[in-house]
Amino acid sequence: MAEILSVGIDIGTSTTQVVFSRISMDNLAGYFTAPRIAITNKEIIYKSPVYFTPLRTNILIDGEKVRDIIAKEYKSAGFSPEDVDTGAVIITGESARKENAQVVLENLSNFAGEFVVSTAGPDLESIIAGKGSGAYGYSLENDLPVINLDVGGGTTNIVQFDCGETVGKACFDIGGRLIRISEGRITYISESAREIAASLGIDIMPGDVAEVSELRQITDRMAELLAQATGLSHRFRTRELLEKIRTSGSSLLKEDFSPAKICFSGGVAEYIYKKNEGDPFRFGDIGPLLSESIAGNEAFGKERLLPAKETIQATVVGAGTYTTSLSGSTISYSPGIFPVKSVPVLKLSRLECEAVEKGNEDLLRDKVVWFMEQCDTSLIILAMEGPRDPTYKELTILGSTIVKVLDSVLSKDEPIIVVTEHDIAKALGVVMKQLGSGRRIASIDGVKVEGNDYLDIGRPLMNGLVVPVIVKTLLFG
Amino acid sequence: MIDEKLVQLITEEVLRQLEERNFDREKRQVLGESALKDPLDPDSLARMKKRTTARIGVGKCGPRLNTQTLLKLRADHASARDSVFADVDQKVLDRMGLFTVVTDAGDKNTYLTRPDLGRHLNDEAVQVLKTKCVMDPDVQIYVSDGLSSAAVEANVERILPILIEGCKGLGLKVGTPFFMKFGRVAAQDQVAEITGAKITCVLIGERPGLATAESMSAYIVYNGYVGIPEAKRTVVSNIHKDGLTAVEAGAYIVEMFQLMLDQKASGVDLVK
Repeated sequence: MAEILSVGIDIGTSTTQVVFSRISMDNLAGYFTAPRIAITNKEIIYKSPVYFTPLRTNILIDGEKVRDIIAKEYKSAGFSPEDVDTGAVIITGESARKENAQVVLENLSNFAGEFVVSTAGPDLESIIAGKGSGAYGYSLENDLPVINLDVGGGTTNIVQFDCGETVGKACFDIGGRLIRISEGRITYISESAREIAASLGIDIMPGDVAEVSELRQITDRMAELLAQATGLSHRFRTRELLEKIRTSGSSLLKEDFSPAKICFSGGVAEYIYKKNEGDPFRFGDIGPLLSESIAGNEAFGKERLLPAKETIQATVVGAGTYTTSLSGSTISYSPGIFPVKSVPVLKLSRLECEAVEKGNEDLLRDKVVWFMEQCDTSLIILAMEGPRDPTYKELTILGSTIVKVLDSVLSKDEPIIVVTEHDIAKALGVVMKQLGSGRRIASIDGVKVEGNDYLDIGRPLMNGLVVPVIVKTLLFG
Repeated sequence: MIDEKLVQLITEEVLRQLEERNFDREKRQVLGESALKDPLDPDSLARMKKRTTARIGVGKCGPRLNTQTLLKLRADHASARDSVFADVDQKVLDRMGLFTVVTDAGDKNTYLTRPDLGRHLNDEAVQVLKTKCVMDPDVQIYVSDGLSSAAVEANVERILPILIEGCKGLGLKVGTPFFMKFGRVAAQDQVAEITGAKITCVLIGERPGLATAESMSAYIVYNGYVGIPEAKRTVVSNIHKDGLTAVEAGAYIVEMFQLMLDQKASGVDLVK
C-alpha cells in the first residue's frame, strides 16, 4: 500500500482551478505470484474555488497573477511543492498557445514540484475532461458507448468512449466566452463566433448593444453545430462551417457512433443540468445562453442525458487524477535514473519492431538518428509493443540490437530507456544490462504510447516495484 | 428419377449451409467457434468473452450444450489429460542439455496414485546427481514434469537460460541443471540435501485446467531439508504465455534468489 499526492492545475480560457488528490496503490497479486501493483483509489482531497483566469490581453495569460493564485491554493490546501509527487498543469482552450505555455512554465516551475509538467493539446484535453466528468467511468462500468462534451469558455472538447475505450476525440471553437459583454454592450467576439454569426447573416461588432434574441440565435446555432459534429443531428449541411471552427490540431470523431448516454461538463454545462435564472449576461458572456440552447436542442434528448460528476471542474479533476498511470510491476532500471521529464518517444511500428527483433541494426540506427534530429533532443525513449512471449534467444537479439544502436548514437551520459506494452521489461532489462555497455539502462513495460507522445517517468514507488508514468502530447496552437 | 431429385435437394441444402457458414465466418472469428448463433448484441458478447476465459455465451440446445461446445470442452479436457499422461519430449531435454533422473514412482500410474513416491529419489538416482552435479552451489535449478509435461515443453527453453544467465550476472555459483521425471515439489528437499545448495528451485508443470495446460510454477526453498515445512517455500506461479511470461518470470525469480540470499530465508519468512 502506498499513496502519492497528485496536483491538477487547469488554466483555461476563462477559469483557473487547482485540485489535490490522493492516489492509492496496492499489490493486487496473491502472495504466490509475481507482484501486480495497481491504482486502487483516487480521492480528491482539496478543490480550489474557480478563479477567472487572469489575462493581460484577450488571450495572453498574466503569469504572475496565476502564480499568486496557485501559491494561495497550495497554502489553503496545506501542501508545499515538495509534498506533490505527480500531476499535471494543463493549459486549455484558447489559452493553449506557445506564449502562454512559456509564461506558465516560467512562473510555475517552482510550484508544481519536480514532476509536474505543462501539458496541453485539444485531444488530450477532451480525454481528460471525459474522465473527470465521470463519462469514462460510466462507459467502463456499464459497457456502453458514451460521449462527453466539455463546453468551456473557448472550446468544446468532445470524446467518445466505448466500454471505457477512447474511440474518438475532437475539439471545436465553441464556448461560453467567445462573445463577451460588459454593461450591456459587446466587448469581444472571437474569430469562430464571428464565423457562426456570419452564417446566420448576423453582423455584430464590439461596441454593439447586446441583444438577447440575436445572441440566442448564435448560441442556438452553436448547439446545433455541436449536435451535428457529434452526428446526433443532420438537419442541414454545416460541414464547411464545422471545419472552419475545428480547433487546430484536433482529431476527428468516430463516425457511426451512437452514444447510449450523453454527458456535458465544463462551465457551460452547469446550466444544462439545472435551470438558468437571472440576468443572462451576469457572467459577462454568452455562457448561460449557450447552456439554454444546448438544453433546448432536441438532438441531445433528455432521456440520454448523463449527469456529470464534475461539470466546471471536470478538466482539473481529470488532470489531477487520470493523467498518472503505473508501469508494469516487473520492470528494470538503474538506480537514480528517474525521474525524467518530457522525453520524446520514438515509437516503432509493428513492422519495424519485428525487424529489430530480428537484429536489423541499420533500420533502428537510421530511425533513431532521424528522430533525434527531428526533435533536436539528446535523450529519447524507445517504445514498442514488443514480443509477447519471446524465447531467451529472441530477447537477447532484441536487447543487443537496441543496446548496440543506442550506445553508438546517444551521447556519453544519456541512459538507454525502453518501454514496451507486453510484460517483458524485467527480462529485457536484465539482458541489456548483461551486454554491459556501462550505460544506465531502464526497461519499463505496461505502457502504451503513440508516436509524437512525450513521457514523464517518476520516482519508483512501492519499494521500487513500479514507476508512475504520464503520457502526454505536447501541442501548442 | 426420385434419386436424382433427392441428390439435387441434398446438394442444394449442402451448398446453402456452406454459404451460410462463409457468411458467418467473420462474426465467428470475433466470437469464437462455439458462440451463440444470433446474439442480440454481438459486440457486447465479444467484449464479455474477451474479459474471461470462461465458456460464456455458448448457447444451448434444450438443457444440453451444443455439439460444438461439447466437442471443444472434450478437446480441452483431453489436452489437459494428455499433458498429465504424456512424457516430456526428449528432444526438448536434449536441446537444453538436461540429463534425467527418475523418482521412486517409476511409472506414470504409480506416480499419479502414490504422491509419496514422487517425492523420493532412490540410491541410484542420488548417485547420479552426486557424480554429475556441481556440489554446494548457491542456486540449484532443475526441471520436473509434475502434472503437466506440456508446461515444461512450452516454457523451459524460455525460462531456464535467463535464470542461469541472471544468476551468473549476480556472480552466483549455479548448480548443474537436470530433469526429474515423475517428480513432486517436495523432492526438491532431497535435492537440496544431496547438492548442498543454498537455494533450490524446481520448475514444475502445474495441474492443467481447461483454460491452459501450459502453466508452470517455480518452487524455491532456502536451505531445504527433507521434512521442511511447506510454508518455507516461495512460489512463483502462473508462468505461461497468457500469464506471467516465461522470460519475465525468469528475471523476477533471479531477483527473488538475491533477496533470499540476503535474508537467508524463503517462504513466509521472506520479506518481499
